Amino acid sequence: MFRLEPRASAPLAWQLATPVLAVLATMITGGILFAALGFDPVASIRTIFWDPLFGPAASYSRPQLLVKAGPLILIASGLALGFRAGIWNIGAEGQYIIGAICGAAVALAAYPTEAFWIFPAMILAGALGGCAWGMIPAMLRNWFGASEILVSLMLVYVAQKVAAWMAFGPMKNPEGFNFPGSRNLQQYPAASNPEIIANTGLHWGVIAAGIALVVTWFVMSRHVLGFHIRTAGAAPRAARFAGVRPQRLVALCLGVSGALAGVAGLFEVAGPAGQITESFGSGYGFTAIIVAFLGRLHPLGILFAGLLMALTYIGGELAQMMLQLPAATVQVFQGMLLFFLLGFDILTRYRIRRRA
Amino acid sequence: MIDPIAVFILLLGAATPILFAALGELVTERAGVLNLGVEGMMIGGALAGFAAAHATGSPALGFAAAAIAGVVLSMIFAALTQFLLSNQVATGLALTLFGLGLTAMFGKPYEGVKAPTMMAGPLGLNPMIWLGLLMVPAVWWGLNRSRPGLILRAVGENHDAAHALGYPVRAVRIAAIAFGGAMAGMGGAYISIATVLQWTEGMTAGAGWIALAIVVFAQWNPWGVLAGAWLFGGVTVLQLRLQAAGVAVPVQLLTMAPYLATIIVLVLISARQKYGRSGGGSAPGSLGKPFHALR
Amino acid sequence: MTDVFRAESLGKTYPGVRANEDVSFSVAPGEIHALLGENGAGKSTLVKMIYGLVKPDDGHMTLMGSVHAPADPRAARAAGVAMVFQHFSLFDALTVAENIALGMENPPKSRELSQRIAELSQSYGLPLNPARRVASLSAGERQRVEILRCLLQSPRLLIMDEPTSVLTPQEAEILFATLRQLAAGGTAILYISHKLDEIRSHCDRATILRHGRVVNTVDPRAHTARELAAMMVGAEMRVIDRSGRKPGAEVLRVAGLATASDGMALKDVALTLRAGEILGIGGVAGNGQEELLSALSGEIATRPGTITLDGVDLSRTPPEARRKAGLLAAPEDRLGHAAVPEFSLAENTLLTAGSRQGLIRGGLIDHSAAQAFAQAVIAAFDVRTPGPQTAAGALSGGNLQKFVIGREVLGKPRVLVVNQPTWGVDAGAAAQVRQALLDLAAKGAGIIVISQDLDELLELSDRFCALNDGRLSAPRPTEGLSIDEIGLMLGGAHGMEVAHVPA
Repeated sequence: MFRLEPRASAPLAWQLATPVLAVLATMITGGILFAALGFDPVASIRTIFWDPLFGPAASYSRPQLLVKAGPLILIASGLALGFRAGIWNIGAEGQYIIGAICGAAVALAAYPTEAFWIFPAMILAGALGGCAWGMIPAMLRNWFGASEILVSLMLVYVAQKVAAWMAFGPMKNPEGFNFPGSRNLQQYPAASNPEIIANTGLHWGVIAAGIALVVTWFVMSRHVLGFHIRTAGAAPRAARFAGVRPQRLVALCLGVSGALAGVAGLFEVAGPAGQITESFGSGYGFTAIIVAFLGRLHPLGILFAGLLMALTYIGGELAQMMLQLPAATVQVFQGMLLFFLLGFDILTRYRIRRRA
Repeated sequence: MIDPIAVFILLLGAATPILFAALGELVTERAGVLNLGVEGMMIGGALAGFAAAHATGSPALGFAAAAIAGVVLSMIFAALTQFLLSNQVATGLALTLFGLGLTAMFGKPYEGVKAPTMMAGPLGLNPMIWLGLLMVPAVWWGLNRSRPGLILRAVGENHDAAHALGYPVRAVRIAAIAFGGAMAGMGGAYISIATVLQWTEGMTAGAGWIALAIVVFAQWNPWGVLAGAWLFGGVTVLQLRLQAAGVAVPVQLLTMAPYLATIIVLVLISARQKYGRSGGGSAPGSLGKPFHALR
Repeated sequence: MTDVFRAESLGKTYPGVRANEDVSFSVAPGEIHALLGENGAGKSTLVKMIYGLVKPDDGHMTLMGSVHAPADPRAARAAGVAMVFQHFSLFDALTVAENIALGMENPPKSRELSQRIAELSQSYGLPLNPARRVASLSAGERQRVEILRCLLQSPRLLIMDEPTSVLTPQEAEILFATLRQLAAGGTAILYISHKLDEIRSHCDRATILRHGRVVNTVDPRAHTARELAAMMVGAEMRVIDRSGRKPGAEVLRVAGLATASDGMALKDVALTLRAGEILGIGGVAGNGQEELLSALSGEIATRPGTITLDGVDLSRTPPEARRKAGLLAAPEDRLGHAAVPEFSLAENTLLTAGSRQGLIRGGLIDHSAAQAFAQAVIAAFDVRTPGPQTAAGALSGGNLQKFVIGREVLGKPRVLVVNQPTWGVDAGAAAQVRQALLDLAAKGAGIIVISQDLDELLELSDRFCALNDGRLSAPRPTEGLSIDEIGLMLGGAHGMEVAHVPA
């Protein structure tokens, strides 16, 4: 038998090692799963994790890495702030959708004007929309004590309905032959978010993600606000003793993470997605939760985790094409990865000893 | 003119999945465990139940398979939170994401297949509706009048004290998690076997999360869960009726109603608890806290 | 007469700690046997072994002549061992009857149980309503629930773990009368405490533990408190230097202070504090101590005009600004309130010393300054730790307490408020903390010491007042105050007089 002995602080080595262990365990379990389903496990794993970067078609898939990682990192860096403080915004998917709708609304209202201010105004609208959507659970928690977990999650479903309504109603493309969906913003230069350097996948959303990482890193490590966030998460009473106002922190964390998710949505609708459709929400908001945890809520970790998650998306598509693996493979992988991470986490918090 | 009895029967049907899942989660939470994976266990039950019912032609076997699938999924959660002491919020979330992914992966062959017909029960209500209604007093009695129920509540209220008195905190919690899994699985299967009559990806559409909200609304009381599930069923039926009647409101906005209703109900009950006279704090004392018997 | 319980060379090792070593003692029927020792002397490990929560590594135990090796507490209860815990044993949301049923192996039907509770509480003079929720009971009443739970099992050996720490002196008297009555019926009682006076007046024998070993088993009535203390600590206690203090001008005035009812509400609390003075506030736990500290530290906002420092109204001022003004505080709970266990000592300085020591300027954290300040606290207060990068949670209770008090004392406060400054701290560290408070007062700071340790309050304070049910009594000069008078100030027996105990 084994015995668990709590550690006073988590050793850095284990903090770094457990995500790697979790990824390896996911690959092994995934391989077993593929074998059970009748696929070649080695080929499947290689297709998902290796081929997108170094395989024969890598020149097509490599740019996709940044395209997918951008929104994930942008959303996750905001979520990490709240998770550190024990504030659970799990409705980033909804904030992402609303941000996209608000940003697109600005573009569609301005159409077909060509002006330099349109794109910045869209970014602002996206941020405000996401922020407002995030502030709903924040205010309901502050005023009434309602669980932000449940409210933010319910608002995802509401946001999806709003997107569907927009696609079928107010935002429907008048020149779209009565198909649902808005105008395609990629074909509207003033509002589009194009690839800045060809064949890199770099668009404004990726740059925003980089800025978000640097700013959150600075805030968390050097600014008193980051200290307050960490204190509130680790010991709420100590935080109040230090002068933290919990309600303000709730509003701040949900507002900021909502705004970042909203901006991510805006860059998506103006770039890779192009238009508001019924199924605009593609799950980035949920996957970003995994990215935040896998990155240990640390900006640098989130960078790597975001790239890795993006890799599984691209690899999953590749595997679907090349090996006819089911499309949902990626989702299963992401779920397993989070399980393994949470499980291995015990190594950072406890010392495991053999019982005498 | 709408026939009130017909509407009530529809309401009972719409309420049943939520009733099952919420009763299960209520027992889990009364043992001090917050399992946010209800949605994942429901969708797992929905697929397993549908597949088994389709393969055997027996809805009853389908529900049994759904319960087993729910238990299996819940045991992943139990292993992580009870043995590896992982964060319950994150682990529940992972269970939901995993369940959604897994069913999307294995559910492909069942898309477009029809479910076998449910048998009818007394008063034209199917047996699962009756079972759900019977579970309400059963869970109430079990929690408040039986010895195991007393121990379960003790474990949920103060796990350190229960441990000091010699009660097996972890075993009680694992049993409660398994019960929650079985109930969520059956609730999910009700959607695929008895309501929608087919399998589609992500078909639980947030029912698990609504069930979680209803446990809070019910203040951890089984009769409150019944009221919450009926309220939800009522909103759903009303919304469908309005759609059918061709009200001049976009369908997408009408279908928001259950989610908005859940938020409103959650806010009202939280506010009453926050500003109420009694303080009303009926959440189990150790809810969501990990238990580790030191030494 | 044979002993009820016997321990022979019991030993228990935890990683890095030898908690018990070669512990042998015995308890006779009808005896009240004290287990005396400092915090960390191994008392609780010992009783956990008797109650089946922990298994001994070496040695063995006998109960009523047969081998006692309980696999778990239920086995121990079945064998005739009952225990009244200091913490962690009642369920707030459950009723008295449910709580008692949980402590029994085969409880009777609920109606029958209620009747037996009523009968038993009658015969021991411990009135209780079985249908009441435990959450609504006072500390004394809660203890009655625990005692009744034990009595219903007709135990051979009853273990009491620091039972009087939550009672007023008068309530403690009633408890001892109950224990006497039980002992007269042949029950053996193992009484754990570090309070020398009550052991000297109520126990038949005392086994003294130090560093996990039995030092001696003595008749406590035959020894002075000082002699017992010397056995317990292993050396003469350090003498406290109270000299060099003279109260100056008024620095702090509290008037009409009230808090809303979250926990125990404070009601119309008023006090004044002069520079160089120590005001002691006594009271049984849960009578508003935490709320008073939180109101003074700024965690709870109060009505304007209720808290004035040097003539400036601070009632609506948030915590950090109060610290800037010179009003500092050190809460009771070291892990999670006064300090964050996961954070390093250096980071923990940022909780309260951010602006006073210039560790946070313009919102930016100066990590090297925090490191240096933590080092200064460690050096000045003899905190035993590898260094400022050590996590607070890794320090022993005494060392962390020295750090927490030191962090505030080095902030040169105008007024310092401390709650339970030596709770759960070994004697050496407690003496250092008390001396630091006296030295701070001698330099002209006003200090409020909130404590449940009456000896500590009598030793430190110039004036004494009591907090009872959220109300603060008028202060009395400490000099010449008797324990009896203090007991009455603390609320007497909290309405327990009705419980007349046949002697």
